[in-house]
Amino acid sequence: MKGYSFYSILKHGMRRKPRWPAAWHDVSPQRSYDAVIVGGGGHGLATAYYLARTHGMRRVAVLEKGWLGGGNSGRNTQVSRSNYFWPESAAFYDRSLQLYETLSHELNFNVMLSQRGILSLAHSHHELETMRRWANAIQVNDVDSEILSPQQIKKLEPLINLDTRFPVRGGFIQRRGAISRHDAVNWGYARAASALGVDIVQNCEVTGFDLRNGEVRGVETTRGSISTERVCLAVAGHSSQLAARAGLRLPITSMSLQAMVSEPIKPVLNTITMSAVIHMYVSQSDRGELVLGGGADVYNSYAQRGGLPLLEQNVAAMLELFPVFRGLRLLRQWAGTVDISPDTTPIMGLTPVKGLYINAGWGTGGYKAIPAGGETMAHTIVSDSPHPLIRAFGLDRFATGRLVDEGAAAGVAH
Amino acid sequence: MMQLQCPYCGVRDEMEFRFGGQSHITRPSPEATDAEWADYLFNRDNLKGVHAERWYHGFGCGRWFNVLRDTSTHEMLGVYRMGAPRPALPGKDGETP
Amino acid sequence: MSAKCAHAADGAGAPAKVPVQPARLAKGGLIDRDAPLEFTFNGRRYHGYAGDTLASALLANRVRVVGRSFKYHRPRGVLSAGVEEPNALLEVDAGYGSEALVRATMQPLTQGLTARHTNSWPSLGWDLGRIVDFTRPLWRAGFYNKTFMWPGWHWYEGAIRRVAGIGRLPAAPDRRSYYHQNLHCDVLVAGSGPAGLAAALAAASSGAHVVLVEQDREPGGTLLFEAGRIDGETADAWRLQTLHRLRQMPNVRLMPSATVTGYYDHNVLTVHDRVDITHPQRAVERFWKIRAKEVVLATGAIEQPLVFAGNDRPGIMLASAVRHYIVRYSVTPGCRVAVAANHDEAWRTAFVLQDHDIDVPLIADVRSEPGEAVLAEARRRGLEVRLAAAITNTYGTKGLRSIEVGTLAEFVDGTRRDTSSVRCDALAMSGGWSPAVHLYSQAGGRLRYDSTHGCFVPDRCRQRVRVAGAANGSFGLGAALREGHAVGAAAAEAAGFATTARQYGHAAEADDYPVSPLRAHRFSSADRQWIDFAHDVTVADIEQAVCENYVSVEHLKRYTTTGMSVDQGKTSNLNALAMLAQLTARTIPQVGTTTFRPNYTPVTLGAIAGARSGELYAPARRMPGHAWHAARDAVFDSYGDWLRPAFYAKVGESREQAIRREVLSQREAAGLFEGSPLGKIEVVGPDAAEFLNRIYVNNVLTLKTAQVRYGLMLNENGVVLDDGVFTKLADGHYLLNTTGANADRIVAWLCEWHQCEWPQLELLISPVTEQWAALTVAGPAAREVLAGIETDIDFSAEAFPHMSLRCGLIEGLPARVQRVSFTGERSFEISVPADAAETLCQRIERAGAPYGLVPVGVEAVLVMRLEKGYLHVGSDTDGTTNPFDVGFGAIVDRKQTDFVGSRSLRRPNDQRVDRRQLVGLELLGGSAPLRAGAQLVESRGTGYRSVGFVTSACVSPTLERTVALGMLEGGLARKGDVVTGMDEGRQYRLRVVSPCVYDPAGERING
Repeated sequence: MKGYSFYSILKHGMRRKPRWPAAWHDVSPQRSYDAVIVGGGGHGLATAYYLARTHGMRRVAVLEKGWLGGGNSGRNTQVSRSNYFWPESAAFYDRSLQLYETLSHELNFNVMLSQRGILSLAHSHHELETMRRWANAIQVNDVDSEILSPQQIKKLEPLINLDTRFPVRGGFIQRRGAISRHDAVNWGYARAASALGVDIVQNCEVTGFDLRNGEVRGVETTRGSISTERVCLAVAGHSSQLAARAGLRLPITSMSLQAMVSEPIKPVLNTITMSAVIHMYVSQSDRGELVLGGGADVYNSYAQRGGLPLLEQNVAAMLELFPVFRGLRLLRQWAGTVDISPDTTPIMGLTPVKGLYINAGWGTGGYKAIPAGGETMAHTIVSDSPHPLIRAFGLDRFATGRLVDEGAAAGVAH
Repeated sequence: MMQLQCPYCGVRDEMEFRFGGQSHITRPSPEATDAEWADYLFNRDNLKGVHAERWYHGFGCGRWFNVLRDTSTHEMLGVYRMGAPRPALPGKDGETP
Repeated sequence: MSAKCAHAADGAGAPAKVPVQPARLAKGGLIDRDAPLEFTFNGRRYHGYAGDTLASALLANRVRVVGRSFKYHRPRGVLSAGVEEPNALLEVDAGYGSEALVRATMQPLTQGLTARHTNSWPSLGWDLGRIVDFTRPLWRAGFYNKTFMWPGWHWYEGAIRRVAGIGRLPAAPDRRSYYHQNLHCDVLVAGSGPAGLAAALAAASSGAHVVLVEQDREPGGTLLFEAGRIDGETADAWRLQTLHRLRQMPNVRLMPSATVTGYYDHNVLTVHDRVDITHPQRAVERFWKIRAKEVVLATGAIEQPLVFAGNDRPGIMLASAVRHYIVRYSVTPGCRVAVAANHDEAWRTAFVLQDHDIDVPLIADVRSEPGEAVLAEARRRGLEVRLAAAITNTYGTKGLRSIEVGTLAEFVDGTRRDTSSVRCDALAMSGGWSPAVHLYSQAGGRLRYDSTHGCFVPDRCRQRVRVAGAANGSFGLGAALREGHAVGAAAAEAAGFATTARQYGHAAEADDYPVSPLRAHRFSSADRQWIDFAHDVTVADIEQAVCENYVSVEHLKRYTTTGMSVDQGKTSNLNALAMLAQLTARTIPQVGTTTFRPNYTPVTLGAIAGARSGELYAPARRMPGHAWHAARDAVFDSYGDWLRPAFYAKVGESREQAIRREVLSQREAAGLFEGSPLGKIEVVGPDAAEFLNRIYVNNVLTLKTAQVRYGLMLNENGVVLDDGVFTKLADGHYLLNTTGANADRIVAWLCEWHQCEWPQLELLISPVTEQWAALTVAGPAAREVLAGIETDIDFSAEAFPHMSLRCGLIEGLPARVQRVSFTGERSFEISVPADAAETLCQRIERAGAPYGLVPVGVEAVLVMRLEKGYLHVGSDTDGTTNPFDVGFGAIVDRKQTDFVGSRSLRRPNDQRVDRRQLVGLELLGGSAPLRAGAQLVESRGTGYRSVGFVTSACVSPTLERTVALGMLEGGLARKGDVVTGMDEGRQYRLRVVSPCVYDPAGERING
């Protein structure tokens, strides 16, 4: 992709009326496609982009029931990391982080990737042992991680209070851990995909599937029927709803995941700091807001609204670590509906319906996986077999019992 | 913050309770196939709309009970004891759009 | 300011010592002229009066520029008189620590208050950042997405971060206290304007418990400054009477200086209460959680700016704010104040100004046919009126000097003619009103577009909420009173109260002016017409977003950042929508609106956390013997919720030395350990055995009375959930021990299996952890120690074998003694009623002294269990470990009946022989200590592959060498193999051995 640069801003800036080209084109759906991606979030758009760019597929549509990036891709707290325990997870998420590292250039769209490091805190000697296990596993997985002493943590994040109710005994950092701009990632992929001929259709809800002999023949939408033999579901939060229309039951529960921001202030935080024991993480956006979050409201919900108990818990936890922020104010609280899978690992790849591919179960951490999710799903769709990086993430793992349980090692995920 | 009507104690805050997931799931016999067992263990209806689910009044009477709740609005539509059949909700059954 | 105002005759009525406040009117206002207050702004001293806000006091002193804008650093003045303020966001210290981004319009003036501007450098008057303003076309929406990519964002990020972020982290410590409070009520009324007062009165007269919440420190809403007569009296007189009546009623709680900030599920609302923030002794903020049966929202409406070139100059204000400052604070924003509007209601500003002898050079209305009533009134007053006219430009660098007005040939196509210049130092503008539907929307309520009033109004909501007055799109005093009364009465009735009260307070609705604004008009340079003052978004940004296809309302918001600043778009969202609709040839309802989120106005983080900090962040559980341990220099640590002695520190000892001493003392003599957090659950009933047999991996049915057995619990997925012993106390009566951290969880889990899956089984599950203190006397001299205490229990080896239970009296206390061991020594775990723990500790200590008994902490016990190779669930197992992995294969295979998790163990993955399995590890050579968390690896290509990890490790004080446990792929079949360990780059050679390396034959434990 080209077209955006300081020069182009200068050029357009001198004009009286802006004449920037559309970032992406909205189109009406055609009658048939080689592949249809359901869901215009980051994963769906990235899948379409890599289908077109890497595999040369030209007749691809992304169908979005609302507006692009309106689901969790536009509601998350923008963290990318690959500090995973299991080799399968580490390989996948590190590929994703690598793609993020070059994404602005790849898309010619500045996603403002800020690799300020993700710092995980341990609050007891035993937690430090678990953390060491985690950090060493990450190193064996060829991903960067460093164990830090409390003093090193204090140096890195001077405002932190080490002497909390659960004193900080140490921690570890993945320095490549990053935040970026979620909207920019969505728009960047949309623009690049659109430029490669992908049809982006907003306000088009998939209402059913045309299945014959257990194979996909097309989808029914609020804007008419579309015939296609390859359909990819990338509708995290509503995966069960869509899959049910294709006759599938999924091991997924939808819950509300909250996030919240403070009023914007000048830079005070250097890292993304997370603590599993006190259940929260916090970073500061480039705009200056403190962005914090924790777990999900633990009951089924599609309400996209956050509850009060978790808000109080998150804020109290953040102030326990950073008491100097107590006089700041909380600006906004929101929530997204996330797919919680039994082992906190995504569900990706083939389904019992031929031609129907699934990308779901992201739990609290789908944002960081967008580039690799798109890349591997594109490969999976084209070859009708799972990409090697996602072979362990298949829906079939639940019957064999071969779960990939990151929950055991990762604590708060996001 | 949700308010739940415990059938034994009355209306209490959500924080007194623990969520136990979908109700009325039948535990298969040990002879079940791996697929049947996985369906029981992991697969859930995950309905958008009226959802029969169970809650535990941990900071109260220590009893489990069933709740009918709309998962898109969090409206409480009914409460019934464990083992009781799910009550009918006129015009409410099935999914809400 | 150029002209001297004739009217502003402050000093005449004021005490002589108070310096002149040049824009203060001679009389009137709800201020106390006998109570002058001194404050500073940017280091300069000013005076105001009690009753002022910081904004009104600044205006009284003709401070026109109060801040610089976010992006372009343009001088900005006060826009509003309320929570919607986007410009006057100051750093304020009112005596309780400095606060960032304080709305000057809501900050009560206090003696000695200091305020300073934000976002300007080096000074407010001369701001280097203004350079951005002169190169505006470069910084339009999304500029940062299009550049700063080479060589990488991190080259620019630091600088961008520093210029973003409007406020500063306060340097002074926060001296406020924060509390949470809870309240139940029948009817919660948010807002105390005419509709809110009428609603509260109607509801309260039924006897319902009513809470009336008002964000201003003075209740009354628009009654504080609007003209109008209620029941023949002035609005303010009616306000005071009504408040008096409400205050007399015991069932009414009036909460001023408190804002309803969040509307959550099931009518739970949060209120941020600052009424005691200026408390003379200590500043307090409260965070209320109010559970209301019924809610009435009478939150009013927020006036919207007009969009025209240069609409952001200091001196340009919302029309209602001008009335507010004049009437309530007796402050005029200018000497010559023009009025620009697109609906009738705003014209009243001109009348109020004139009534206060302030020049009104012009009323400009974009409509060609305004209402006859206002036109006649303006003519009667001799006011200059221009119709079908709009402002095309404004002038004045540090404040408005003049405006340029053009008459529209026809205002839709935007062609203009006849421009003329009008000299004025302030402009009252109104683009209509937007109901404050934020809370309604938070409650899950849907909105609809009201085309008459040009705004979104409440439509329907599933929560128990009603809306009245301007918040409902019912503008005007008469409508507010009528609707407020009706809704208040209905709410009380819905809450179960009979209402009979007649409406109290009527106003003639004929006196109200219609609010039917005309929004669509657009002229002159797009990038000088501000939509969002707080984030510096102009029409040009919207045009560009549309041109680039960011035409969904959410895309527009995110791309241009409209409405995303600290004011959350209270004065910008509607204009942005209107502009988007116009540019994309859609209607406003087609464009839709974005979702409102909590909070309505920002809430102090400290208030949300309340008292939950430090000790109270997570209250620690203390063991019954806590004081005894503390008196013996125990070093406490958190183990789950519990504070427990990690070790006991003798003078000069290190942690390691202390642990070593405790281990050796117990191994050679005796130790006393308190294990009270150990989970204790009794299961009683005819079906108790059958139930527990379905729960444990082990066979429960063969257990005889007074026997103890070690058991594993699995979850239904076959993963090890917990371990511990279980004891048969009698037929149909069992005692279960769980790990301390899991005790509560296991109770809930057992209840779930019983109540939900097997309700036909007759039994009772009773958690008794807190009832019993558990004291373990262990070591070769344990029996001798116990011989020294008074008991009827026979502790001899023959009478009391390992893994059995005896009940009796110890020191006169009923006691249960289990002979079980977690350390590999002869060991008696004595349970006595919890309140006897300290006494018994003392007795045992005394009895043990001759034998060298020492108190033993958690860490020493963990070392001893590791020497013995005992499993520690949570350290040696994780969320993937099944019983085969920890050597329970034979027990699983022996059990014929179904138990929780058993079916899962037959899945292919659970049967794999290359699973990670628990092994002992012996360190070969090397002197660096092996630590838990080291990875076990094998070479793969150029790198390594993980084949497991060290789960526990220590240097054994008993064996004088490293002992360790680990999880290793196929480990059960690899005894004798040598594997590689890796820890932070260091490598270790480890031999796979049996987990138990201390007294493998168990002679000590059984002796």
